[in-house]
Amino acid sequence: MEIISGPAISVRGLKKSYGDVAAVRDISFDVMPGEVFALLGPNGAGKTTTIEILEGYRQATSGEVSVLGFNPTHRMPEFRERVGIVLQQTGANTYLTVRETLDLFGSYYQDSRSTDEVLELVGLQDQSAAVVKRISGGQKRRLDVGIALIGQPDILFLDEPTTGFDPQARRASWEMIHNLTNLGCTVMLTTHYMEEAEFLASSIGIMVSGEIALIGPKQNLQSKSQGSRISFNATPQFNEMLQTDFKFSLTLGPDGFSTMESTDVANDLYQLTTLAKQQSVNLTNLQVKTRTLEDIYIETVENYSRTGRPA
Amino acid sequence: MSRLWMQFKFDNKSFWRNPAAAVFTFVFPLVFLFVFTTIFGDDEITTPSGKSADMATFYIPSILALSIVNVSYTSLAMQMTILRDGGFLKQVYGTPLPVRLFIMSKVLHLVFIGLILIAIVLTFGRIIYDVQLPTNTLPAATISAILGIVTFSALGLAMTSFIPNSDAAPAIVNASILPLLFISDIFIPLHEAPDWLSFIGSLFPVYHLSHSLITAFDPFQEASGFEWSHLAALTGWGIIGSIVAVRRFSWIPRI
Repeated sequence: MEIISGPAISVRGLKKSYGDVAAVRDISFDVMPGEVFALLGPNGAGKTTTIEILEGYRQATSGEVSVLGFNPTHRMPEFRERVGIVLQQTGANTYLTVRETLDLFGSYYQDSRSTDEVLELVGLQDQSAAVVKRISGGQKRRLDVGIALIGQPDILFLDEPTTGFDPQARRASWEMIHNLTNLGCTVMLTTHYMEEAEFLASSIGIMVSGEIALIGPKQNLQSKSQGSRISFNATPQFNEMLQTDFKFSLTLGPDGFSTMESTDVANDLYQLTTLAKQQSVNLTNLQVKTRTLEDIYIETVENYSRTGRPA
Repeated sequence: MSRLWMQFKFDNKSFWRNPAAAVFTFVFPLVFLFVFTTIFGDDEITTPSGKSADMATFYIPSILALSIVNVSYTSLAMQMTILRDGGFLKQVYGTPLPVRLFIMSKVLHLVFIGLILIAIVLTFGRIIYDVQLPTNTLPAATISAILGIVTFSALGLAMTSFIPNSDAAPAIVNASILPLLFISDIFIPLHEAPDWLSFIGSLFPVYHLSHSLITAFDPFQEASGFEWSHLAALTGWGIIGSIVAVRRFSWIPRI
């Protein structure tokens, strides 16, 4: 594995249009070697377009893109040797067995992992002699990951790698990808699963309508999420009292839930429950939740669709 | 070289793993041989110089031309469209494998299948219908057949670039080839057709393949049996097909 000093992936002012439709509108980011960068966003946000430009499948309309120091669109063999790709669409669907398919793809690389090692990495040892056409969708997806790993890549691109997995298989794939990063592999993935990004990513970008609405190391995003959300059902009178007499900042939901953001949970809860007891109000469905990546995600996307620009 | 061999080996393995498709590839020309001899008869023909051959011998080149077009052009265009739609070509394109090796392997595989097919047709024809095998024209027969397979593979790849998706593949491929088969001296002798139609037929590669094979498999042929002008025309079409394929071929699914 070559040591590179700069970013493994560098994107500057990337734009991509299909006719009049702008799929990617001026985005910039870096992914450092060994990092796991997760790109989140609603369908149609431009995640796949972005990752496919980095993989060399699509040409940018403008902007600069560098992956391991290469311009991906030139399709240099030296570049391909070091990049593993899992496409959104499952590819291999052959009459070959799982083992033969991995052998075949392994033969494309000068320096490949052994088929046995890859079978173990993706947990397909028991299916090695099965014909690819006849294995399950989840197993085919794992084979795709195996194909991406066989060339010992320095960078792994994963476009929604675990869509369609059962929870256990998903967890196993995360462990596998996590282990790869321990070997120094840089990973860029797109996903719809917040837990996936939370488990795997060291940094996260949220993409909305072709722009990056929020980006940063995972810890920074999570520190933004410090604080909790308290929600409960109470009478309208009680809610009004909280708002007017005690300056609680409440959001009244259509489902009858009152919600408040809290940075001092102990104090807020104490006050709330004391008042409720005094007023003999039954706080049904009282919940305290930490704000999760999902909350941040939804806020970011909603904020974007309201204002039409990143926060 | 080792990568090409590996790819060839696996393409070949895949082919035989789908026995239904493999068997019908080889049964197809035998059915035609049976139908032709049943309809047109299998009488012995004798030339004024005293040479003779069964009629079935004269059906062979037409059947082989049809099979070559079927094996290379039709099946390759459809197969590549399916592989493209399914994302397999895209996956391969993401690896360091030079794409020319991937294509070369497919063409080599078709040459291999084509030669097996010719051997089966000739063996079957020899045993059942007493077909005369080429002797002095054997090199011409072999080279014409291989050139035909390579040319029609290139044309199949070129055609793939005009097919938007695999659902449209059968319709487009058949529409592009069936009319040509009828105006290229394969099913019907062209002297029965109007001149302008024969002329149109003679512009296209099926006609040249058919004539190269007719001479190369002619049991009364005294010379080597090479139809140089037809082979040259066939090569020309192969070059056109290759250029179009290289320029337009798409590795990622069309929307």
